[in-house]
Amino acid sequence: MTALAKLPGPVLRLRRGWRPGSAALLIGGILTACLVGIALTSLVWTPEDPARMRILQKLKGPLVSGLLGTDHLGRDVASMLMRGAFNSLTTAFAAVAVGAVLGTLAGVAAAAGSKFDAVLMRICDALFALPPILSAIMLGALLGPGALTAIVAIGVFMIPVFARVTRGAAMQIWAREYIMAARMAGKGTARITVEHVLPNIAGQIIVQVTIQLAMAILTEAGLSFLGLGLPPPAPTWGRMLAESQTYLLQAPHLALAPGLAIAVAVLGLNLLGDGLAARLDPRRRQAS
Amino acid sequence: MLAIRNLSIAFPGPDGPVRVVDDVSVEVGRGESLGIVGESGSGKSMLSLATIGLLPKSARTSGEILLESKDIPGKDILVRNILAMGEHELCGLRGRRIGMIFQEPMTALNPAMTAGQQIAEGIRLHRRIGRAEARAEALRLLDRVRIPDPSRRIDSYPHEMSGGQRQRVGIAIALALKPDLLIADEPTTALDVTVQKEILDILDELVADLGLSLILISHDLGVIARSTDRTLVMCRGRAVEAGPTETVLRHPTAQYTRDLIAALPRRARAGLGDQPRLAAGGTR
Amino acid sequence: MTGPLLSIETLTRDYALRGKGGATRTLRAVDGVSLAVEPGSVFAVVGESGCGKSTLARIVMALDRPTSGTVRLGGDDLFALGPKALARKRRDFQMVFQDPYGSLNPRHSVGRIVAEPLHLLDDAPRGRERRALVARALEDVGLPGSAAERYPHEFSGGQRQRIAIARALITNPKLVVADEAVSALDLSIQAQILRLILSLRDRHGLTVLFITHNIGVVDEIADRVGVMQAGRLVETGPVREVLDHPREDYTRTLLAAEPTLAVLGQRKRRA
Repeated sequence: MTALAKLPGPVLRLRRGWRPGSAALLIGGILTACLVGIALTSLVWTPEDPARMRILQKLKGPLVSGLLGTDHLGRDVASMLMRGAFNSLTTAFAAVAVGAVLGTLAGVAAAAGSKFDAVLMRICDALFALPPILSAIMLGALLGPGALTAIVAIGVFMIPVFARVTRGAAMQIWAREYIMAARMAGKGTARITVEHVLPNIAGQIIVQVTIQLAMAILTEAGLSFLGLGLPPPAPTWGRMLAESQTYLLQAPHLALAPGLAIAVAVLGLNLLGDGLAARLDPRRRQAS
Repeated sequence: MLAIRNLSIAFPGPDGPVRVVDDVSVEVGRGESLGIVGESGSGKSMLSLATIGLLPKSARTSGEILLESKDIPGKDILVRNILAMGEHELCGLRGRRIGMIFQEPMTALNPAMTAGQQIAEGIRLHRRIGRAEARAEALRLLDRVRIPDPSRRIDSYPHEMSGGQRQRVGIAIALALKPDLLIADEPTTALDVTVQKEILDILDELVADLGLSLILISHDLGVIARSTDRTLVMCRGRAVEAGPTETVLRHPTAQYTRDLIAALPRRARAGLGDQPRLAAGGTR
Repeated sequence: MTGPLLSIETLTRDYALRGKGGATRTLRAVDGVSLAVEPGSVFAVVGESGCGKSTLARIVMALDRPTSGTVRLGGDDLFALGPKALARKRRDFQMVFQDPYGSLNPRHSVGRIVAEPLHLLDDAPRGRERRALVARALEDVGLPGSAAERYPHEFSGGQRQRIAIARALITNPKLVVADEAVSALDLSIQAQILRLILSLRDRHGLTVLFITHNIGVVDEIADRVGVMQAGRLVETGPVREVLDHPREDYTRTLLAAEPTLAVLGQRKRRA
């Protein structure tokens, strides 16, 4: 109701070319694309069968046997790493999908002023108090270790993360005047959410997805390190790390390879998320 | 007291630099109030930011902003170019020589500090005085800007005050360091007219009683008319007209100034002779 | 139809505020407001922030419910209608908002934005007919019909406000409520938009409830004016009478505070 009359001075327009977050977006995009590419390639081709054991070839160094050497059972590390990428990514994607879908639904419902707002957010608080490692241990006791345990444990933990981000963003959109215009057009809450709210917060959700994917890869690695992820013989980065422990001095490449893979994957997704966030930042966009 | 000479400000853009202020020259004398008027995008805010050295880093400037300096012992008056100053010097300049009053006091004030703390903070940053003394000074300043019940308000947080009271605190903060020049950028735009009147009265009084110089930036010709001695009209970064406020508004020479006056509501134009209401019709 | 198009009777709206320590107190945002707006006229409600004028607008637009009192539009009591009937009635009243940057969804094309209220019509045209209707609405407010394919960020503040007006008019409403509709605009643009509203009033016989804090704007556009203070309508009457011969102290205070060029030349004398 105040007279807002003036926007501050002339506004800079940086339209094309190097924009905020371009470097992060480029590097993150390339790393993530490589990661996904390698994971998909592993389905049709790996240098060796990642599960094939050749005891005679065990603990060979990089380039002595295969690109990255072999582990204590003589399996080809490069092949395991590739298949591991696929296993880690699918678990992470599935978990984030669970968290993103349920969390976003809870978030927009809460923001739409539903009577369950307080209840939903308290449930989210409760879920937030369950770190994925703990819930995976409990779930593992119930269901036994496996992909489902990892997905549920990580996914459930992510619901409140997404719910909060979505609720906050959606509440900002609900305060806009075009929402009031839509209500003047006789549109209901659900319809306004689909037509006006979700499209305007999609950017923030996508940014959150990339950042949470990185989190999920890390957590999945942690779970399989503890033996709560995919059961053997399916290779996962976390278990590769766990198995390398015994041979740390003899064959450091066994720890370095999956460790670096995790670091690079997380870095790539985080950069991608940061880049997208900078690009989609409403403050930088609405200036024009 | 302050002279801006051939000031240009440009920002790098996709198609070469974009000039937001273009070859503007203007002066403000001691105890004088200068109005800068223009519509959004006229460059008037950039001009004021340049004067306190707060332009964004990407800005390219040319020309000079000269400030009379009197705090060098042994010399009466020394003229310094603000554009050539380093950050350290600028820090001394802001507050002590030039005070700034912002449009939205809610965002300019720290929500976690009381009014008194924020005023005292500035005083103690530049002067070595005790806490109690600074508080007494803050109380005096709040009284000066006519905050009702200052001894109670000194311990209020920004959110506990009305917009007008917050703006008074903003003025008190600007006054804390006894500056010679006040820059007020749309200080009343976010306020109701009755509150606006009170704030403008205070600014008028500061100019008259303390001999401060004032640069008042506004889009509102009515505000400019009542509170400034001289006026600079800006349009798209250029100075289109400057002179005594009464001359500029009564006998504008530039077409742009005439258009601005013509766009005023009829009531606001009153005093220039009676003019008809808007006629419905042409929509351009 | 004779009589006022919009008549508001003893309208009151209370809000419960939760104060310190969980104690609730009531804030009476609108306090016993009655007013009537003749068809084809512009009624301005003027007041300072917090006076309740925006709450009043929201209630008239049936976006909020009154605590007591009635709002009649063309004889129908808005809050006695069922949800279905109210939805059908909405085509008769639309709204123009203050912030032309916030009132248009940045992700929707101008055509989609302008067409949004057609949702209210059971027999809304589709396809080519709909596009033609949108183009006509845009031309009606002085924009090219081709603007429909573009997006809000491609337009200036004044053009955006024209888009918002086109949206408000697409269902051919009888009443338009403009809530601070020119407050965020530069002066020259403000004058253009006021002229546009007056011309639409003349061409379509539109009735306008114009909410504003700016007396200069009231003087330019209104036939009648109501001055609001602390939720109450303190003075109502023809615009000339109220602005030239105010009866209430508050109206006089408000008028005196308005900065005008009439003070030119008085400054030197004061100092």
